[in-house]
Amino acid sequence: MRGLQLSLNKNQKLRVERALEQLESLSLKSNSDASVTVADNISVDCEDAILKGHGTTELDGRVVATLCGVVERVNKLVYVRALRARYKPEIGDIIVGRVIEVAPKRWRLEINFSQDAVLMLSSMNLPDGIQRRRTAIDELNMRSIFEENDVICAEVRGFQHDGCLHLQARSQKYGKLEIGQLLTIPPYLVKKRKQHFHHLEQYGIDLILGCNGYVWVGEHVEVKDPMLVDQSNKSEQQNADSENSMSANEVETCTPLETRQNICRTANAIRVLSTLGFMITVEVITEIVNLSTSLNLDIHEMLGPEFYVLVAEKEAERRSSLRKKR
Amino acid sequence: MEYVSPEGLRLDGRRPTEMRQLRAEVGVVAKADGSASFEMGNTKVIAAVYGPREVQNKGQQMNDQALVRCEYSMANFSTGDRMRKPKGDRRSTEISLVIRQTMEACILTHLMPRSQIDIFVQVLQADGGTRSACINAATLALADAGIPMRDLVTSCSSGYLNSTPLLDLNYIEDSAGGPDVTVGILPKLDKVTLLQMDAKLPIDIFENVMQLAIEGCKAVANYIREILLENTKQLEFRRGV
Repeated sequence: MRGLQLSLNKNQKLRVERALEQLESLSLKSNSDASVTVADNISVDCEDAILKGHGTTELDGRVVATLCGVVERVNKLVYVRALRARYKPEIGDIIVGRVIEVAPKRWRLEINFSQDAVLMLSSMNLPDGIQRRRTAIDELNMRSIFEENDVICAEVRGFQHDGCLHLQARSQKYGKLEIGQLLTIPPYLVKKRKQHFHHLEQYGIDLILGCNGYVWVGEHVEVKDPMLVDQSNKSEQQNADSENSMSANEVETCTPLETRQNICRTANAIRVLSTLGFMITVEVITEIVNLSTSLNLDIHEMLGPEFYVLVAEKEAERRSSLRKKR
Repeated sequence: MEYVSPEGLRLDGRRPTEMRQLRAEVGVVAKADGSASFEMGNTKVIAAVYGPREVQNKGQQMNDQALVRCEYSMANFSTGDRMRKPKGDRRSTEISLVIRQTMEACILTHLMPRSQIDIFVQVLQADGGTRSACINAATLALADAGIPMRDLVTSCSSGYLNSTPLLDLNYIEDSAGGPDVTVGILPKLDKVTLLQMDAKLPIDIFENVMQLAIEGCKAVANYIREILLENTKQLEFRRGV
């Protein structure tokens, strides 16, 4: 079995197989012959007017796949949706990346794409929330914003003329991510949705499902509206600023044990799901976290073989109930 | 020495036009973008593909296509006598080059400009035909990494011993000193991308031997296609809607 290097005993093996068979039978009805491999013919009904999309090419007048994946048809467009491939950016995607270089006026980020992405100093809001021209002093202080190896959340802005991928972080919700874990999963498991930032209130954690397959699980940080911050700052300053900053620092330095455990539990749930190759959404993650807590499993036990089997069974159950509802 | 017995059986009990057992697995290296292991009888090879990713050496970056690199190595324990081979000896640099050129011919490099694709192949067990096994493993790994390709490249070797054309030589037959023809083809396009032979053969016999190797390549291609299709289906149904 792919990616699953576990020592399952006979009983567990049987259960996993049964769960997977169930999953297969659930999906078979929708598209059975849509999977293609490299150099397979794609049957096209109306030969005269089709548009060849990604992952296809023409050979002797026939459409041929150049990737392994699933054939998708949208009106006249025929393309192959690759499964295991690197991330392909689309404008507006929310991504998580790691700074690898601080260059003049820009940061270079590793985002699981075929090139490094660029975040310009000018395409991000300064932490103090001031809109102004970036000066040479700002440029010199770039390391005070992001350093090498920092994990950052940003949005895809688009490709520049020279083919570089540019990012932007023009809101308080984007920026440096601290106190948490970065997980790397295959990008095809992340579904594009309206919402990629999630605040799991019951655990006090933030979850960012980056479209590029980088997932951030960290302590919840209150997003402050810059306008509100300015106002509150003014009023606070009148009171007693030194006292305030002291207490804020103290809170920041210690993350409660419970939150840390929740971070680890959520991270392990994502690990299990991605190894099994299941689609990753908030609902599924919370379900798996609840499953582990209801079974009173320790965090490290979540990566044991038994839990993998349970997750596979749970997923099969979930999908079959979804189907029944329809 | 007699390589084909009067009954028409080879040293390992195969018929002259019989291949060794094939076995392939996709996704064996967790951290790689694509990976595969490929076995032809006792020859076992593992391949890992990284990329397309940012070019490491900026000087090599090309603005219109991807840079393909390949590294071939043999594990110390892969052969009968355990030897510590220096990295980058003549043999392995030559095979690296061969694999790189063969794979470059089928990868659609113009779709991934300013990036680099690294292919690492390692021989875990050597029993003849490592070159072909490496190419087959690399094809599988590239397809697994979701890199667009014109066609799958498959490769197979054949030889000529005791005036019989033999398919898929093993180590003993390979070291007999007879001609050894390694062929790599694009099965769909029906084109040859690799042809190597390090001995002399009359042209009419050569054609027979090469034809035999091409038949072998096609059999390998069918097998690889099956594996990939099975893998794609698995990934898709597990992912769900």
